[in-house]
Amino acid sequence: MNAMTDFNAWTDVGAVTDIPLRGARRVPTPEGDIAVFRTGDGKVFALRDQCPHKGGPLSQGIVHGHAVACPLHNWNIDLSSGEPMGADKGKGCTPVIPLRVEGGRILLASKKRAA
Amino acid sequence: MKDVGMRDGGVTKQRLVVVGNGMAGCRAVEEILKRAPNRYEIAIFGAEPRVNYNRIMLSPVLAGEKTFDDIVINDEAWYSGNGITLHAGRAVTAVDPAAKVVRAEGGLEVPYDVLILANGSDPVRLPLPGADLKGVVTFRDLDDVDAMVAAAEKDGGKAVVIGGGLLGLEAAYGLAKRGMDATVVHLMEVLMERQLDESAGYLLTEALKQKGVQTVLGAHSEEILGEDGKVCGLRLKDGRVLPCDILVMAVGIRPNGALARTAGLQVNRGVVVDDQMRTSDPSIFAVGECAEHRGIAYGLVAPIWDMCRTLAEVLTDGEGAYQGSVLSTRLKVSGVDVFSAGRFSGGEGCEDIVFRDAGRGVYKRLVLEDGKVAGAVLFGDAVDGNWYFDLMKSGRDVSDIRETLVFGQAVTEGLSGLDPNSAVAAMADTAEICGCNGVCKGQITQAITGQGLTTLDDVRAVTKASASCGSCTPLVEQVLKLTLGDGFKAHEGPKPVCKCTHHGHAVVRQRIVAEQLKSMPAVMQALEWTTPDGCASCRPALNYYLICAWPGDYRDDKQSRFINERVHANIQKDGTYSVVPRMWGGVTSAAELRAIADVVDKFDIPTVKVTGGQRIDLLGVKKDDLPKVWSDLNAAGMVSGHAYAKGLRTVKTCVGSEWCRFGTQDSTGLGVRLEKFMWGSWSPAKVKLAVSGCPRNCAEATCKDIGVICVDSGYEIHLGGAAGLHIKGTEILTKVASENEAVWAICAVMQLYREEGFYLERIYKWMDRVGLDGIRAKIEDPEQRRALYDRFAFSQRFFRIDPWAQRVAGRESEEFTPMSRRMEFEPA
Repeated sequence: MNAMTDFNAWTDVGAVTDIPLRGARRVPTPEGDIAVFRTGDGKVFALRDQCPHKGGPLSQGIVHGHAVACPLHNWNIDLSSGEPMGADKGKGCTPVIPLRVEGGRILLASKKRAA
Repeated sequence: MKDVGMRDGGVTKQRLVVVGNGMAGCRAVEEILKRAPNRYEIAIFGAEPRVNYNRIMLSPVLAGEKTFDDIVINDEAWYSGNGITLHAGRAVTAVDPAAKVVRAEGGLEVPYDVLILANGSDPVRLPLPGADLKGVVTFRDLDDVDAMVAAAEKDGGKAVVIGGGLLGLEAAYGLAKRGMDATVVHLMEVLMERQLDESAGYLLTEALKQKGVQTVLGAHSEEILGEDGKVCGLRLKDGRVLPCDILVMAVGIRPNGALARTAGLQVNRGVVVDDQMRTSDPSIFAVGECAEHRGIAYGLVAPIWDMCRTLAEVLTDGEGAYQGSVLSTRLKVSGVDVFSAGRFSGGEGCEDIVFRDAGRGVYKRLVLEDGKVAGAVLFGDAVDGNWYFDLMKSGRDVSDIRETLVFGQAVTEGLSGLDPNSAVAAMADTAEICGCNGVCKGQITQAITGQGLTTLDDVRAVTKASASCGSCTPLVEQVLKLTLGDGFKAHEGPKPVCKCTHHGHAVVRQRIVAEQLKSMPAVMQALEWTTPDGCASCRPALNYYLICAWPGDYRDDKQSRFINERVHANIQKDGTYSVVPRMWGGVTSAAELRAIADVVDKFDIPTVKVTGGQRIDLLGVKKDDLPKVWSDLNAAGMVSGHAYAKGLRTVKTCVGSEWCRFGTQDSTGLGVRLEKFMWGSWSPAKVKLAVSGCPRNCAEATCKDIGVICVDSGYEIHLGGAAGLHIKGTEILTKVASENEAVWAICAVMQLYREEGFYLERIYKWMDRVGLDGIRAKIEDPEQRRALYDRFAFSQRFFRIDPWAQRVAGRESEEFTPMSRRMEFEPA
């Protein structure tokens, strides 16, 4: 697990229901896209939108259980840890973006400039 | 007379006042009386003008399965026998903590030494237009039930319930039971989504249908319609109107905090209490739905009982600390067994055990975390709910009983202490192994030794054990192992679709049709999938099989498609896309080429390439630009080329008799005709066609999935070529004399492949598997050919549509826009 830890704010990026069940949406940041997933059981996860294999956009993959299949080469990535599963286990890791769900809204960990 | 306690037997009694005559208030008093019967002089205020009753049993009262008398917990004799003063029908208007006095309607003032707030919660009323119409009720107390019962007296009455949670479903069931047409309108896609996963939610939807309750999911209520001041319908955001004579709002509860707030107590969502149930005033306590403990306001009965026990300990000088409650839920609808507890959503380090028994309509899902039960969802057979709940609460390590856990307490404890092998060894020969086919252990061992069986499939073929639902497969395998010893070979047979099932593609396809399975949860239940929502291998396959079997009924599941089919373009290594417009038969025009050139300029498309399928590929399009690119191409009359599809791709042609001096037929015209009829069709894998105007074969038709070679006397239809991973020349399927017959034969063979092919199995592989002779026999039989053609034509009514135009029109536009741009300019 490789979670972002140096954040100081939560940014509201939308409602849970903005993401289709078993789907994902992108949130652009200056450091690249974040992929926000909603699994079949309604849980929400966020990862950097990059497969540890060849950088494929995970937000475009098929979400199943608590995993996503990368659209480029079908690596399965565990949404809670960002780690590849099965035969690809141990080959790198996608950073996990901490998030909170409050009142149906999704808040992503972010870093605000000092005002 | 203030502040002077009553004397009883020489001991001064403290005055205990309880605000709330419901489940919590009375239970608190009962618990106190159990511990110290003479300690307090007790007065209870209740807003409802009746004695204390079991509110959670209002559902059976509504359903007519119980009467009010059946659900009374404490009758008047209880109050008088325990010396309790009941102020029924008198709402408390104020609490004065400084003076330690409670004020109620009619100027009544009652002093207290200890005050318990147990005034529960109010049902949430949605602020919809029309919410104040007559006939709009909530489901909270007996008055609501009376209103619903009255509405049900009219013959053929209709009821709408907003809210597909526990209470809403029980209300709808009760109304249906009383003869009304009841419809539940639920905002989410799954009923009881806080307690159930999608599989259980689907089964619940089906079971309720059997009980006369219809369900509308993903429905946003917009306005309640009225006539003469009385409700007559509900309008949804999508314009649908559901007529009704009564409308029940069951969308949740809000803790009653007003009284506590005006008294100056700390109130968040509910009245804030500590582990001793004490509010911010040391003489005032709160229990039940009005209370908020460690940030949680509970709405179920079990936590209320826990709170009341703690409170009674505290108020009788005992030691008590409420630690919060672990929740479990049971739906009270007769004949529908539903149980849910803990987490059903898994997570890191969690493991799912899924059991499905299609025959009995059973679905069980256990979530294990670190070897312990973390949650359970049970549908159709919930007898073990409490056992799982106890295991969960006790935190017992269940690794040793994991193998049998999902089969329940009886099985597990019956076998405890044995490893699964010795458990099977210990079974008597008369013990039944396969419940579906009534096969006992002795029959299986006899068949193995007597007939020299060595594989699971042999055993299935001879004894039928594990040949139906398959849930006893592990047991049968163990019998095999035990009987054969070292001679045992692991399971062989048709390759399963994926790890979520032991069924192969053929069985899945056949049962979807035979059992009229028309949705993905239906398939997963009937075929006893071992995962809750499949995986990236089986979901696209099932989605295709359903589309093929039920073209008019099944709704395509976008989330079960690979990205290329979902966004109608091909993803490239850098995350951009390539776009290929259709060029019918490879023919284009100046206007189309001009439009393509304009699009390339306008959207700065880096690469333009001619494909092997006689079309033009635009590479490097940014995802967000896709709808705009399509819009411009649409405007010039071009549609999606489906270069991304497991479906009809391209129809390559040569110029044929129109230009070529060797051409025997109009190959270009036939190619265009085929493509215009067949485009948009989905198939197990990609399908490429080509039509050559003479045996010189300039369109390379003999390495396509389906090819046509025109000859003087007619048309040779070829099948099963490939020029990719494998190179394979086609074989001749049949020869026909007219262009019409060529179209019929090609569409018929396409449909046969659509119906028989396994997902991702190209035509040449399908042909190898089923044999060309069998295919030919069907295509050359006029009746079968006709039937196949008709089924293809019917399916095409639904799928010969341009997906680009639909997206341009705004469908699923969220796919092409970021969720939020709020983090774009902030360093994250």
